[in-house]
Amino acid sequence: MRLNCTVNGEARQADDVWAGESLLYVLRERLGLPGSKNACEQGECGSCTVYMDGTPVCACLVAAGQAEGRDVVTVEGIADGPVQQAFLAAGAVQCGFCTPGLVVAVHDLLARDSAPTDPEIREALAGNLCRCTGYEKILDAVRLAVQR
Amino acid sequence: MTTVEAGVAGGVGTSPKRPDGGLKVRGEFAFSSDLWADDMLWGATLRSPHPHARIRGIDITAAVALPGVYAVLTHEDVPGAKRYGLEIVDQPVLAMGEVKYQGEPVAVVAADHPETARRAAARIVVDYEVLPAVTEASLGVLLRHVPIRTGDPDATADVVVTGEYQVGMQDQAFLGPESGLAVPAEDGGVDLYIATQWLHVDQKQVADCLGLPAEKVRLTLAGVGGAFGAREDLSMQVHASLLALHTGRPVKMVYGREESFFGHVHRHPATMWYEHGATRDGKLVYVKAKIVLDGGAYASSSTAVAANAATLGIGPYEVPNVVMDASVYYTNNPPCGAMRGFGAVQACFAYESQMDKLASALGLDPVEVRLRNAMTTGSRMPTGQIVEGPAPVADLLIRVRSAPPAPEGSGDLREMPGGVSNTTHGEGVVRGIGYGIGIKNVAFSEGFDDYATARVRLELIGGEPAVLVHTAAAEVGQGLVTVQAQIARTELGVERVTVATADTSVGSAGSSSASRQTYMTGGAVRAACQAVRAALLARVGGARLDGGKVLSDSGAVIADLASVIGDGPIEETVEWRHRPTYPLDPVTGQGNAHVQYAFAAHRATVDVDVELGLVRVVEIVTAQDVGKAVNPLAVEGQIHGGTAQGLGLALMEEIQMVDGIVRNPSFTDYLIPTILDMPPMKVDVLEMADPHSPYGLRGVGEPPTISSTPAVVAAVRAATGKALTRVPVRPEHIVG
Ligand code: FES
Ligand code: FES
Repeated sequence: MRLNCTVNGEARQADDVWAGESLLYVLRERLGLPGSKNACEQGECGSCTVYMDGTPVCACLVAAGQAEGRDVVTVEGIADGPVQQAFLAAGAVQCGFCTPGLVVAVHDLLARDSAPTDPEIREALAGNLCRCTGYEKILDAVRLAVQR
Repeated sequence: MTTVEAGVAGGVGTSPKRPDGGLKVRGEFAFSSDLWADDMLWGATLRSPHPHARIRGIDITAAVALPGVYAVLTHEDVPGAKRYGLEIVDQPVLAMGEVKYQGEPVAVVAADHPETARRAAARIVVDYEVLPAVTEASLGVLLRHVPIRTGDPDATADVVVTGEYQVGMQDQAFLGPESGLAVPAEDGGVDLYIATQWLHVDQKQVADCLGLPAEKVRLTLAGVGGAFGAREDLSMQVHASLLALHTGRPVKMVYGREESFFGHVHRHPATMWYEHGATRDGKLVYVKAKIVLDGGAYASSSTAVAANAATLGIGPYEVPNVVMDASVYYTNNPPCGAMRGFGAVQACFAYESQMDKLASALGLDPVEVRLRNAMTTGSRMPTGQIVEGPAPVADLLIRVRSAPPAPEGSGDLREMPGGVSNTTHGEGVVRGIGYGIGIKNVAFSEGFDDYATARVRLELIGGEPAVLVHTAAAEVGQGLVTVQAQIARTELGVERVTVATADTSVGSAGSSSASRQTYMTGGAVRAACQAVRAALLARVGGARLDGGKVLSDSGAVIADLASVIGDGPIEETVEWRHRPTYPLDPVTGQGNAHVQYAFAAHRATVDVDVELGLVRVVEIVTAQDVGKAVNPLAVEGQIHGGTAQGLGLALMEEIQMVDGIVRNPSFTDYLIPTILDMPPMKVDVLEMADPHSPYGLRGVGEPPTISSTPAVVAAVRAATGKALTRVPVRPEHIVG
């Protein structure tokens, strides 16, 4: 099938998409946007988080066809700003495999709430697994992004 | 120390930003699963559904017939060695006549779409004759037994405590799945872009299996999404290369999460029997211990795991009389091998549980009994090795004990055990505090020729001095690229440093494991920089470098650094070794087997809903001696992350096996700590220099994983009064 959607503000088209493909696969393998990650492809880790029509979703759980006509924003489409810089400065990036999903999730959290408390940050990021950091510096990064 | 005092920013002891960090936060960093080539095919693997079976035949006809399929390969298509292995060459590239664990690779397929490849693999018909599976280590074939004998084997004591302890099979659960891209080369070789911990050991094994000379198998490190030991063994390296050579096209392989659980080794499950004898005032007289490790179907690094369990198995304590037997057995469970802290993690849960038991038998505080037996510089290990360098065991314990107590709960439901599930409003919730301390060897042991290679080039770029550091060391997330650049800045006084992508065009760096890479590759980079510096000074007869100037003995400026390099770049390659280690005596286990010891202590505070068996860790306090914090931010990151993996082992992480079958190969059922499970962590970093290591540093990565597990369990015991002899602790152990 042919898939049409807006990705990072641009109209994109993918051809020969097999019906079983996920939005994540289309982004990564057909549209040249491997920034969204594939840590589980089971909806459990949040590494594939993208915005779809303004709402964060796990791209691995979205069938490609469901993205038809929708507006998708991936980590590559989020302007390098306070969230990304805070992750770097706080030491919240180790292997970085969780980072793109977290950047999108934190970007969304801060858009909704400019001053989240620690329990609110934890709740908002509960769906994003990180195996390297123990999350301490991810919390630091969110607090730092809030200050900026 | 012979470092220059050039005062450039971003040197040793500072925390500059990661050079790969910008790419990572923007989603532009190329991990091994992100690679792409024109005309590329996708590989898929058919794996055994049985833990043990004879293969009577394999029929690939239906798979080959599927449109879009380019190759279907079995063991017959492996041109070189049919087996590989880190220590013992025993693991088939593709099963030959027999499968020995569930998930063992049987055939591989290349197709034009990953789903086509998976469907083709599913069409391969394998005729299995199912055989009985050995799934208990004690019933398996012995792979290695490490005995340690010191002092009087028949020593007796006033107070004796005994216990049996078990550790379940933990998974490294890195987030970036096994993946890579193999590209066939014009010279008949292959270029492999891969996530691994040790490029050269992969190169050797892949070349052997392909029947090619090593120079025709060129490896380049692709972005690594975490490792933790799980990338020490080969996964898809040979498979992708075989498919690429067979089809003449680039082949990409990416495991899904379920396959990843079958694609790498796990932490050895252990059953451990301990007997501690002590005087009435709490001095240890003897320890007798037997440790049985389940090695699974193939050897992997089992022999080293058994040695660690044995040599580190009584903990950081002085014990005059020791009878220790650690053994690892082959079974038909998944192969077990390296995971952060290997061997030491399992034993620490047992000996620290024993120390708590001893404290309670003596009516002593748990920290007090540890202090009375704490080893120190000059202490003798049960192997006879004298602990050189700082061993601040007592100091670490005192530090975690004297930290202010964890704050009382705020009453916020989200901070209760069960959290937002709203299972309690505080009723039935009991707080507990527990302690743990552990010991780990750093780098490779038992006489292994452990070295790292670094090439450093000092040149002018745009008229400015610049350094290029090239090693084959695997950046796996720990921050090694940052550290290499820091060392070059400090040694050469040049701020502009580039770390080249790791590949096999430079000599081996050894593995990014055993907490060794800052020590070893850091040591090699430092030595190569020193060689470059010496060559530079020799050009003009200078004595030292300072602030971009070459100075004479008397401190007079002889020349500008840039003008000296202007005569041509200076490049030096150095192979660097740590002090030699020695084998263990096979009967007595005596020998100077380890080059450096590292220590960390933890205090855990938990709230337990004793009615439902739910645990919430409220706070972790940890103290660790790192010798020298080469990059303080990265050191903290290692301690946080290691602590989290130890907490996971204490409370949730286990690959559940039933008759050799993995029951939970997913992140739905294999739980790793989320941000809700992790408490605030207070980290106290000590810097007591080791006189033998570069900058006095001590390996950092593993110690935090070792002692956090027993500390958390001790806290749960304190809250519940339950014996809790097995990790992970499950709710039913608490309410049962
Ligand atoms: S890859 Fe989508 S949630 Fe894990
Ligand atoms: S930084 Fe590696 S998984 Fe988060």
